[in-house]
Amino acid sequence: MRNSTLQKYLSWIGAPAVIVLLCLIWEVSVRVMEVSTLILPPPSMIGNRLIELVQESDTWNHTMTTVTEVVIGFTLAVLLGVFFGVLLGKIVWLELTLRPVFVLLYIIPNIAFVPLFVIWFGFGMGSKIVIATVLAFFPIMLNVLLGVKSVDPGHRDVMSSLNATKAQRFSNLEVRSVMPYLLAGMETGVVLAVIGAIVGEYLGGNEGLGYLIVRTLNQMDAPGLFAVIVILSVVGLIFYGMVFLLKRFLIPWHESVYASRGVSV
Amino acid sequence: MTQPSQASANPGSSVAGDFRPSPSRVKISIDGVSKTFQVKKQRTEALKDINLQIAEGETVSLIGRSGCGKSTLLRVMAGLLPPSSGNILVNGSPLWRRSQVDTSVIEQLGVVFQEANLFPWFDVTDNIALPLKLRGVNKTERRKRARELADLVGLGGFFNSYPRELSGGMRQRVAIARALSRGPELLLMDEPFGALDAMTREKMNLELQRISLATQVTVVFVTHDISEAVFLGDRVIQLSPRPGRIEEITDVGIARPRSVDVQTTPAFGERIRKLRDALEG
Ligand SMILES: Nc1ncnc2c1ncn2[C@@H]1O[C@H](COP(=O)(O)OP(=O)(O)OP(=O)(O)O)[C@@H](O)[C@H]1O
Ligand SMILES: [Mg+2]
Repeated sequence: MRNSTLQKYLSWIGAPAVIVLLCLIWEVSVRVMEVSTLILPPPSMIGNRLIELVQESDTWNHTMTTVTEVVIGFTLAVLLGVFFGVLLGKIVWLELTLRPVFVLLYIIPNIAFVPLFVIWFGFGMGSKIVIATVLAFFPIMLNVLLGVKSVDPGHRDVMSSLNATKAQRFSNLEVRSVMPYLLAGMETGVVLAVIGAIVGEYLGGNEGLGYLIVRTLNQMDAPGLFAVIVILSVVGLIFYGMVFLLKRFLIPWHESVYASRGVSV
Repeated sequence: MTQPSQASANPGSSVAGDFRPSPSRVKISIDGVSKTFQVKKQRTEALKDINLQIAEGETVSLIGRSGCGKSTLLRVMAGLLPPSSGNILVNGSPLWRRSQVDTSVIEQLGVVFQEANLFPWFDVTDNIALPLKLRGVNKTERRKRARELADLVGLGGFFNSYPRELSGGMRQRVAIARALSRGPELLLMDEPFGALDAMTREKMNLELQRISLATQVTVVFVTHDISEAVFLGDRVIQLSPRPGRIEEITDVGIARPRSVDVQTTPAFGERIRKLRDALEG
């Protein structure tokens, strides 16, 4: 009993403790070794710069730009991923023709196409949304496809023996079996959507946290650069956390969720 | 091929008809059913010319070695697998029209599969209530019914448990409750008690016997266990492997309901010995 309570809180206490400890070591060694703040500023300096940045409305505008791009791009990726995943999962000849193409597009480093998207869709938010969508689309789509193909034949037998209609099979069986696959795809996809938006902002335009990173770099503002990275991490973490919460809510019965709740005492 | 009639199949029994609830009405008729699987070059004759008539209210046990076609026969009868030839008649109407099933016939069936096949996203109550949900029974009504059935199979305290929290035998009992929830006229069970301990198994055997006599449901019961086959069945059908055909039909000839004590009687022991000899021979 005591053991399991300890385990339950370990990730909440342990991880922050390790981060604090690392920051302390960082702070001390940078000061002792007199490293230039241009190369590696101490955490305290980054913290101060972060507080300054957070108070500027400009920072919030840039953050909102990135958040908007990720939200729209990711949503589109989920919609398209589900659509194509289900389509290919249901129609065999379509799967046979298109699946190799999708796999190929997924495994070639598609981030290399980012400059192309900037040329095609401009320097505004449009091109970043497209990039986020493209990157997040593949894992979602391929996972949904796998999910549709993985519906348990025994479960299908049960539905057949009960004379279930197509709609009943869909809502009581198919949607629910695909859900864990969709959410696994979304977990990967949301991370890629954030990466896509940031890389897009590096390359073109004058908005978003990616742009802010480039600007602080050009100004040789190393503490600022680190501070923006901190903001970016928080944004990424919130997105990931939202997918995780969605998972807990939608598939509480699934192993991946169930196991993490620690029921054995 | 002649129909294996009840009396001629077993020389050991007395008058075959007098203990059976209504021996005259044929509930289900298996007419010359064959099934051949073809996977690449490999042909398997899983069933070959099976003929059998089962009376309303009768319980028939199906035994045979692993791989002799018991599940295949049950799947053909459940409308899940079209026969290569022959047909199944339920109350005189054919189940198969070419390789399409008549859905109105399916409505009368309750099926318990060899695997429990519970839906992991539903709790015990919702799993049992699924057949009623598909029929449009409202939520309070079907949950009430599901809880009664859960009680019946001895899962009273587990209404809200998910399948992954149950043992194999408990899952199988949920599957049985699910199959009973629509009040089927014909119950097809594929080794439903295989995962149960001897004590629970005995209890479930008695429960199944009680249900079948009380509701007049016709039962086809697949098992590996000879003693269970004899205890539950009015008749025991023995299949032989490759090709799967009916090797022997044994009339048990002991009136139902039977108490557990019947298993110690000489008559019971004799049936078991005979079946065991036949299976090994
Ligand atoms: N879908 C299938 N495709 C090809 N062959 C099959 C298929 N299903 C069953 N068979 C074959 O048919 C034969 C009978 O299988 P079946 O599952 O009916 O056996 P069983 O009597 O239920 O065995 P057990 O007692 O082990 O459950 C086996 O030889 C099996 O290999
Ligand atoms: Mg079987």
